[in-house]
Amino acid sequence: MIAHADTIPPARHPLVSFILRWVLTTNHKEIGTLYLCLSFALFLIGGLMAMVFRAELAQPGLQFMTADFYNQLLTLHGLVMVFGAVMPAFVGLANWMIPMMIGAPDMALPRLNNFSFWILPFAFFLLLSSLFMEGGAPNFGWTLYAPLSTTYGPPSTDFLIFGIHLMGISSILGAINIIVTIFNLRAPGMTLMKMPLFVWTWLITAFLLIMAMPVLAGVVTMMLTDRHFGTSFFEASGGGDPLIFQHVFWFFGHPEVYIMILPGFGIASQIIPTFARKPLFGYASMVYATVAIAGLSFVVWGHHMFATGMPLAAELFFMYATMLIAVPTGVKVFNWVATMWRGSMTFETPMLFAIGFVVMFTIGGFSGLMLAIAPVDFQYHDTFFVVAHLHYVLYPGAIFATMAAVYYWLPKWTGNMYDERLGKIHFWSAVIGLNLTFFPMHFVGLAGMPRRIVDYALPYAGLNLFATLGAWILGLTQLLFLYIVIKTIRGGEKATDQVWESAEGLEWTVPSPAPHHTFDTPPRVE
Amino acid sequence: MTKNRKQQRKQATLLVLLATGMFGFAFALVPLYEIFCEVTGFNGRTFGQTTASVEQFSQVVGREVTIEFVAHVGRGMPWEFRPTESRLRVRTGEVSETKFYARNYANKLVTGQAVPSVTPGAASLSLHKIECFCFTQQQLEAGEEVEMPVLFYVDDDLPADIGTLSLSYTLYPVPDAQVVTLDDDVRGSPTPILEHSEEHSGS
Amino acid sequence: MTSQIVILKTLMARGMCPLANHRQKGWLIALIWSIFPNSVFAQGWDMRAGVTEMSQHIQMLHHVSLWICTVVGIVVFGAMFYTIFAHRRSKHPEPATFHENTKIEVLWTLIPTLILVGLAVPATLALRDIEDNSDADLTVLITGSQWKWHYQYTEVDIGFYSNMTTPLAQINNIDPKGENYLMEVDNPLVIPTNQKVRFLMASDDVIHSWWVPDFAVKQDAIPGFINEAWTRVEQPGIYRGQCTELCGMNHAYMPVVVEVRPEDEFLTWIEDQRIANELAGDAAVAARSREWTMAELMPMGEDVYLTHCATCHQPDGAGQGIKYPALAVALDPTRVISTGPIEAHLDRVMNGLAETEMQAWAPQLSDVELAAVITYERNTWGNNTGDIVQPLTVYEAR
Repeated sequence: MIAHADTIPPARHPLVSFILRWVLTTNHKEIGTLYLCLSFALFLIGGLMAMVFRAELAQPGLQFMTADFYNQLLTLHGLVMVFGAVMPAFVGLANWMIPMMIGAPDMALPRLNNFSFWILPFAFFLLLSSLFMEGGAPNFGWTLYAPLSTTYGPPSTDFLIFGIHLMGISSILGAINIIVTIFNLRAPGMTLMKMPLFVWTWLITAFLLIMAMPVLAGVVTMMLTDRHFGTSFFEASGGGDPLIFQHVFWFFGHPEVYIMILPGFGIASQIIPTFARKPLFGYASMVYATVAIAGLSFVVWGHHMFATGMPLAAELFFMYATMLIAVPTGVKVFNWVATMWRGSMTFETPMLFAIGFVVMFTIGGFSGLMLAIAPVDFQYHDTFFVVAHLHYVLYPGAIFATMAAVYYWLPKWTGNMYDERLGKIHFWSAVIGLNLTFFPMHFVGLAGMPRRIVDYALPYAGLNLFATLGAWILGLTQLLFLYIVIKTIRGGEKATDQVWESAEGLEWTVPSPAPHHTFDTPPRVE
Repeated sequence: MTKNRKQQRKQATLLVLLATGMFGFAFALVPLYEIFCEVTGFNGRTFGQTTASVEQFSQVVGREVTIEFVAHVGRGMPWEFRPTESRLRVRTGEVSETKFYARNYANKLVTGQAVPSVTPGAASLSLHKIECFCFTQQQLEAGEEVEMPVLFYVDDDLPADIGTLSLSYTLYPVPDAQVVTLDDDVRGSPTPILEHSEEHSGS
Repeated sequence: MTSQIVILKTLMARGMCPLANHRQKGWLIALIWSIFPNSVFAQGWDMRAGVTEMSQHIQMLHHVSLWICTVVGIVVFGAMFYTIFAHRRSKHPEPATFHENTKIEVLWTLIPTLILVGLAVPATLALRDIEDNSDADLTVLITGSQWKWHYQYTEVDIGFYSNMTTPLAQINNIDPKGENYLMEVDNPLVIPTNQKVRFLMASDDVIHSWWVPDFAVKQDAIPGFINEAWTRVEQPGIYRGQCTELCGMNHAYMPVVVEVRPEDEFLTWIEDQRIANELAGDAAVAARSREWTMAELMPMGEDVYLTHCATCHQPDGAGQGIKYPALAVALDPTRVISTGPIEAHLDRVMNGLAETEMQAWAPQLSDVELAAVITYERNTWGNNTGDIVQPLTVYEAR
């Protein structure tokens, strides 16, 4: 029924059949690999952009680029990282692991799976090609605020809009696939409350995706019609309101933040028990906390807009709702610490990354709580303090979590152990780079440096140089990571099926490397 | 197995419907936002001509408040546009009038549309415009100048902590294609309502 | 540390910045300066207390929340690092097996909730103060436009633009950077001490945001809509801030400078402005009543061009891509406006072009300045039209 890649006759040129195998594959593991490779490539591109504009920001004055090009880079950096690096990486992990974790032979809708992946390269081709267009790439920040993006946006904005439509379709189809898989293909005996937390967090994330991404698609469609078809959703002159854009965008935008973090929560909840050799503390409360965070994420969008002139009642509502998010998030952190408590811990690279995630994500959570306090937000808003906050949440929450997951499952994927010594070097250099980049941003923000400026006043100079150094260190560590992964794929100490002595879950019951097809007959879960 | 496939298909269809619904919801947010603004005064939007009759409100004359007038022209609008008085002390419940001056210094006919905004937002619910040049498009011949009246009253339900409110107009050019031909009297020749108001404000 | 501040102040007093001034050795010196406490340290790494009751209140709230986070952080991370240390396999080979404890889970849901309630109460009170709508003593209408602010005193008929004065040569690292690099303007907003000043925010084009950290006033300026904020400053002084909402290419070059003067000095200043306005009116009448020569207009035109036009159209009239068209005929013979009909050129400069960043300069520049810059554009970079635009022509086009 499903045209499997294996069934292609071998009479072709090896290169053709290699390409066809990957283009036509419907195997969840291969699609997972494709997602992970694409997201890593885009991660490097987005990171390179950040390194370039950080170089510009190392010193006051204009060194390497025009102000307009700086704006283009920071816009593309945001879009590429959010939609190109973080989200596809999580979808890739979901593709690889969810069927193996729930004892399913594959994703429920394999051809759809292939389709939702192959949309992505085109989406990013559209987006990145805008750099080479006349008038330059979009230059109004990843938040696309109207009217800067509508009336004043460069011609390439339309490519961005179509790119976002494609990314949205890809994410939504991917999310549908994940939900259907989880609902239908669990092994007999695996009730919902027995599912691994990675699967749980992804289930909730998938619902967030289905509810949030169409709203983004809607708002960029309005941008498109405002630009070309005479509507004025965001134009005061035609009876619209630029703030409608912000309301609709952040109605998507805040759930999006949790889309980029919940799977990371799931990953930490898989890894910490394994290396603490102790079951996860408070499994049920973890699930409920995730649901609570996801639910709250739809009613806090106004906290991005405190300075737009909201009435007091609305400011109070959004402030209280936002502060409330700290409770379930706190529960999660406490649960992870309690999981470690009186365990018997070892600190292999996945565990290091997971602990790094918990610590630094919590720092980002603290600054998030501070930002939630509306009166003080008037001073924080749109300064580098916000940049520091969001990177402390996203870098550990999404990137560290993904790295932890890759180290954790890489032996299962490749059958080889990664180089533990290099892994540890990677971890510590990433920690140093990350903190050197983003910690000083708190201070320059508090001292008064606005975000998204190409040039700054002299008092902010020293700390910005630190941030630039950190950004370059952080950038270079990615090459080490690439080297480690390639080295592991090519060989190394053979991994056992179990890989980690006290890892639990169905994925560890299949051989290492995981064969092309797993769980053709569903396992029984006690 | 086939039963399972059917169920999966059904679920996938439902999820696609959910996504489509959310896409629609994004568009529904626009009118919802407008209704929300109209009810709460969010963002200081004002909404068209009041339907209430003047008499109904001008009976109760309340406290004194200050109303400020602000005018802007949008980019590409070759008009001079300003309030004839920058502020007015008015009593709540009392109908008042002010005028905005406009002059088209281009050498061709230009059509404009004024967009009103009120701050603080909560005050926009209490500011009622009986007559306003912003209700319709305005057209001026080359070099023509005009004084355009606004007839309004501040309702007695203005929140007690608000002592000053500002009414701003931004005048935007209307692209030629959208120009609607207007009756001459929309530029504010005195109407019966105006006479009423003068009676009341005089008393 | 103190000695470094002294060194820094000396350097600053001489108008030199340790970072900007030594371009050749820049990286090394910058490194040394950033390792030691430098100007950032002198300014403080913390949110500033500012000079208003509100800004001090907000700083206090910031400190309260920061300390709460610090204490919670010490407890959580302390427990975590203790367990990392004490419960590592070499010291604690037999893991416990517990994985639930309802009591403690209820406890660590309740305690944070209580802390948050404790934090929400003062935050709510502060927010109510910010949204105070009571009568003000003075209203200033602030209009953002790409990339400058316009201030209008609504009670008296005084209004002016406030442009950044930092020269391009400093931005392009040719000249040493001044002490107030990027934070200096030609006409600061002037407000009196001890009076409640109400700011109305509006915008001519995109969304801007007007921020003075020392007042803790940050409010978006949204095109077509009007917003408000207020402040009351006790200490006279000069306070600096910036636009904080990405508003296009020169977002970084849109500083806010507010000069707070004692009430009597403020009144004198207002009177001065009124007189200056009258004189400017007289000067304009005088200017348009005579013929100007090319030699008079060209240098003035160059000045105006470099101040207002060069960031987009470039000092050599080369423009930047399709967004900022070239003005030199040699570079774009078919489309250049500066060698076409004078009327079209005048119209574009005076009234701008809708839906682009080209703004209307008629309200911003005097007749002579407009005449000068248009004459300059028509007679430089090989645009040898020989046209002289007279201030009277500009006046008549208004």
